[in-house]
Amino acid sequence: MGRYLIRRILLMAPTLLIVTFLVFILLFLSPGDPVLMLVPIDEVAQMTDEEMDQLRRKLGLDRPIYVQYADWLFDVLRGDLGRSIHQRRPVLDLLAARFPVTLELALLSVFLASTVAIPIGIYTAVRPGGIGDFLGNIVALMGVSAPNFWVALLLIVVFAVHLKWLPAGGFVRMSDDPVRHVERMILPVITLSTALMAVTMRLTRSSMLEVLNEDYVRTARSKGLGQRRIVFVHALKNALIPVVTTVGLQIGRILGGTIVIEIIFSFPGMGKLLLDAIFGRDFPVVQGSVLLITVAFMSINLLVDLTYASIDPRIRYGS
Amino acid sequence: MQAVDSPRKGEFDEESVSWSKASEPTQRAFFLFSRRLFARPLPRFAFALLILVILGALFAPFISPYDPIKPDFSAARQAPSADHPLGTDDIGRDVLSRILFGARVSLMAALIPLSISISIGVPLGLISGLLKGWTDDIIMRVLDALLAFPRIILIIAIAGILGPSLVNALIAIGIVGVAPLARLTRGLTLSVSEEDYVLAARALGSSNWRIMMIHILPNIAAAIIVTISLDIGGIILAEATLSFLGLGIQPPNPSWGSMVAVGNRYIQTAPWISLVPGTAIFLTVMSINLLGDGLRDAMDPYLRNR
Repeated sequence: MGRYLIRRILLMAPTLLIVTFLVFILLFLSPGDPVLMLVPIDEVAQMTDEEMDQLRRKLGLDRPIYVQYADWLFDVLRGDLGRSIHQRRPVLDLLAARFPVTLELALLSVFLASTVAIPIGIYTAVRPGGIGDFLGNIVALMGVSAPNFWVALLLIVVFAVHLKWLPAGGFVRMSDDPVRHVERMILPVITLSTALMAVTMRLTRSSMLEVLNEDYVRTARSKGLGQRRIVFVHALKNALIPVVTTVGLQIGRILGGTIVIEIIFSFPGMGKLLLDAIFGRDFPVVQGSVLLITVAFMSINLLVDLTYASIDPRIRYGS
Repeated sequence: MQAVDSPRKGEFDEESVSWSKASEPTQRAFFLFSRRLFARPLPRFAFALLILVILGALFAPFISPYDPIKPDFSAARQAPSADHPLGTDDIGRDVLSRILFGARVSLMAALIPLSISISIGVPLGLISGLLKGWTDDIIMRVLDALLAFPRIILIIAIAGILGPSLVNALIAIGIVGVAPLARLTRGLTLSVSEEDYVLAARALGSSNWRIMMIHILPNIAAAIIVTISLDIGGIILAEATLSFLGLGIQPPNPSWGSMVAVGNRYIQTAPWISLVPGTAIFLTVMSINLLGDGLRDAMDPYLRNR
């Protein structure tokens, strides 16, 4: 197990190298001079070419791309992600302030989606063809097809504008006011979880249907076991294996979805940070965010793989 | 001289007969296939809705009641009425007209990225699966790295770095679509390349190119098409998301995603500005997904009800 873990962590390195280098090349090739973004337009008009070059040298933007990349890479290995060009603060500080917000949104959404979707999926599998099955299918289809910004706006119109039950946006820290923090989390979390809920529901249903046709379920039935025991003891664990994979893979989608959600609900998360950095050509921040999101995503995938072993005794890593 | 060469003539005749025979079952299969596809009401409904969207997009200049771009400040933020069936936006443009023109962007958004992904992804997968060895290793290593990254974030990063414009957004979506498609093609190629007819072709000395184009591609095309049809909805959503974030189409041109973004500011007072285009995206994507599901079911009846 330990050996497997080490190998998996080592395997992350080449992926991270490829992704970060790709982003580096793209940033390098992209139109728009970061120096021009940095200085107000009327000052640019007054600056001489020499002064511009000086500033470029100061920021290290005049060196060849592989030198800049290698430099960045060694700094990262030392735990230094560079400084934001615009905000003049270490990138690491920015990420540390923003990432928890995004992570909280993502984890709560996954939790909500699973707790709602898995029971419904099981129910519709046990009673196929019923009205619940039909409704479940429709809801699942809608969940996959609805753009999450549209879901967010619908929820705002209904629950914030008309019913006035919840605020339409804004963010309050947990440490400042826990009640208002939770209040402001509800709509974004519901929005983010809809798509995942739909996918999980469909998958739980089909996986459960498949497992219920297996020989060992027939055996259990012929032993005279009750439906409840068969579904929850014999079938559920096996049916959940593909569900866990998908939920894990969907976390990447959720991390991406938070970008949109953070903008609609004005949350100070990673998405807002990355988008502002992209528009402002704040290279170190873009690189740092991409790195952090990739690491988070890959760690979650690793966690998912490890979860298998605990669900399915046939899977043992490292032997 | 060849007219009296009877065996040759007979051979030729037989060939022409067998050709017409071959096309008849194909037509029949297509007929049965579409009957199976449209047997249930939902795919029928989805098909009708999509035709409506396509017609709206095609004839937008002729059927739009107003100019989709020219502002009319005296009519700003009017609720839906007889004059403006879907209301007007923040600077008085007719929402219905903008929806019709925006449909063109959404349909384009489905086709351009797809052609990019297909024209790069399918050949990569074929080469990777057929040649194996180090070519396969290198291609797959790079693709795996791309797949190890949340898709929409990669799309946003590439589109943002290339610079905000519709073309760049579509390129970004297309590039990110390469990896999954190449992977699928590779898997299918690997499984088909062990079939007897491929081994026979190889034994006869066929070139890799010939095996790829004549023996493998036609046999995996159906599976690729089904997967693509299930992806189109996601691609349209991606374009809408980019336009919503300001990374896609630039004002004043309408796209459903950018219309939602504009309306976002007036959600409290004039919700139709963003809810109408949002609903258009939802209905279109849902229809495409429904048709994709129907297509898969019709091709493989055993998968039905999954």
